[in-house]
Amino acid sequence: MNVEVTPLPGIGVRKDFALRNGRRVGVVTQRDGKIRLIVSKPDDPDACLAELYLTADEASALANLLGAPQLVAQLTEEHRDLPGIHTRQIPVRDDSVFDGRPLGDTGLRTRTGVSVVAVMRAGQIHASPSPDFTLTAGDLLVAVGTAEGLEHAKKILLHG
Amino acid sequence: MDHPALELVELGAVFFCLGLLGRLAGKIGMSPIPLYLLGGLAFGRGGLFPLGDIDEFTSLAGEVGVVLLLLLLGLEYTAAELLTGLRRSWLAGLLDVVLNAAPGAAVALILGWGPVGALVMAGVTYISSSGIVAKVLGELGRLGNRETPVVLSILVFEDLVMALYLPILAALLIGVSFLGGLAAVGISLTVITLVLVIALRYGRFVSAIVDSPDREVFLLKVFGAALLVAGFASAMQVSAAVGAFLLGIAISGSTAENATKMLEPLRDLFAAVFFVVFGLNTDPRTIPPVLLYAALLAAVTALTKIATGWWAAHWQGIGRLGRARAGAALVARGEFSIVIAGLAVSYAAVPEDLAALATAYVLIMAVLGPIAARFVEPLARRLQRTRSAQPQPDSIMAP
Repeated sequence: MNVEVTPLPGIGVRKDFALRNGRRVGVVTQRDGKIRLIVSKPDDPDACLAELYLTADEASALANLLGAPQLVAQLTEEHRDLPGIHTRQIPVRDDSVFDGRPLGDTGLRTRTGVSVVAVMRAGQIHASPSPDFTLTAGDLLVAVGTAEGLEHAKKILLHG
Repeated sequence: MDHPALELVELGAVFFCLGLLGRLAGKIGMSPIPLYLLGGLAFGRGGLFPLGDIDEFTSLAGEVGVVLLLLLLGLEYTAAELLTGLRRSWLAGLLDVVLNAAPGAAVALILGWGPVGALVMAGVTYISSSGIVAKVLGELGRLGNRETPVVLSILVFEDLVMALYLPILAALLIGVSFLGGLAAVGISLTVITLVLVIALRYGRFVSAIVDSPDREVFLLKVFGAALLVAGFASAMQVSAAVGAFLLGIAISGSTAENATKMLEPLRDLFAAVFFVVFGLNTDPRTIPPVLLYAALLAAVTALTKIATGWWAAHWQGIGRLGRARAGAALVARGEFSIVIAGLAVSYAAVPEDLAALATAYVLIMAVLGPIAARFVEPLARRLQRTRSAQPQPDSIMAP
């Protein structure tokens, strides 16, 4: 993907790329830390249809939404030959008891047999997190295991 | 009421009124600068409510306002951005100078204000208001547009031209000979190069002098440094504004960003006073005679700015609508036109009518600029539609 980086003197940086249909999508990161999501107009490629202000939290939530399904789909594809093994994304919710606690505290492996293969945070993939990896609300755990194990793991993450 | 009490009340009334005017401006979506100027006209000589007792404070505060306006202009762009801007947009920048300085200079010559008056008016009509332009682009949601970097790089170029123009103007205003003027050009070129090199290579040292993790200490150091540099520059006859501007360029990186955040409210306060003082010192009765010229200049220089933006955007391969948007975005003139006129008036080297013409001109352009930027797109679309409705040989190009 060819991301075009354009400095906007006095304002910040624009990073965008062209989609297959010719529209542009990207972000403007302002110097004051504000992030704007930009999508170009269909009839006027120079102009923007929308410029949405995103807070840092909103931007990372959006990045997870866009990034995590890809990872899950990829892992599912890799595990297709192994019947009974599933890949699933499990969110760490705002009210989760594990917000701010290390991954090891969940005891997922011992209690459910499920492996957490990655944590998605702000669109970044943290692969093979160690037990001392600290979870925060908004993280998406990408977990591999049996269907029952994954269902159990989801409940554990919510209620402890 | 005794003296300090009366002064406080007057000052308080002025600031409060400015606040109300600013709020009104925000409500109707225009720049507050024209309203501040009108406020000054109303309070000043020959105005509705003359104020006499706070002259000393307001004139010094106005000076501080100019220093802060120019300091923040310098802080706005990093030295690297200035150099990239120079490389990328020098051709459009030169076109901008020629097209937009010429009308001002021509009117000054027609009115018989001599070469110095012509140079002042050239500056007044040349420089776009980067404050108004940046604000309008943000509000209209055009920061992600492809023509926006073109607009911004023209503003960056204007910034550099200011660094060259102000010292020359200052030298001419104190009445040096032609040779002295040439020397001023040479000196200012050298100084700008030096400041840019310092900012690029040793910017962190300059930043380190003023930087501090403590907000209060940082504020006092930056503000103090700006006034010191401005004061020394003024003592060396190169105008306080230039000194502050160059200091702003020399401060770089995160220090510059923090300084901008910190000084913005202070700048807004003192700059408001500056506009009021400029209005105060302009007799409203001198405006009607020059109003026709101001309107004429406004019409011509609005078109020349649009032409500049159009051409610059065309050169970067932007479509017709984008070109129109780029041109209209640049129309606004504001704070720096008044700074230039204020500089000229303070040296008493130009006739009083010049202040009146500059005031009237900025009043028109600061209002017209955001309106032009807002309505150019629907207008251009309508024009395009009527044109594409007619059979045209090159109608393949129409969407």
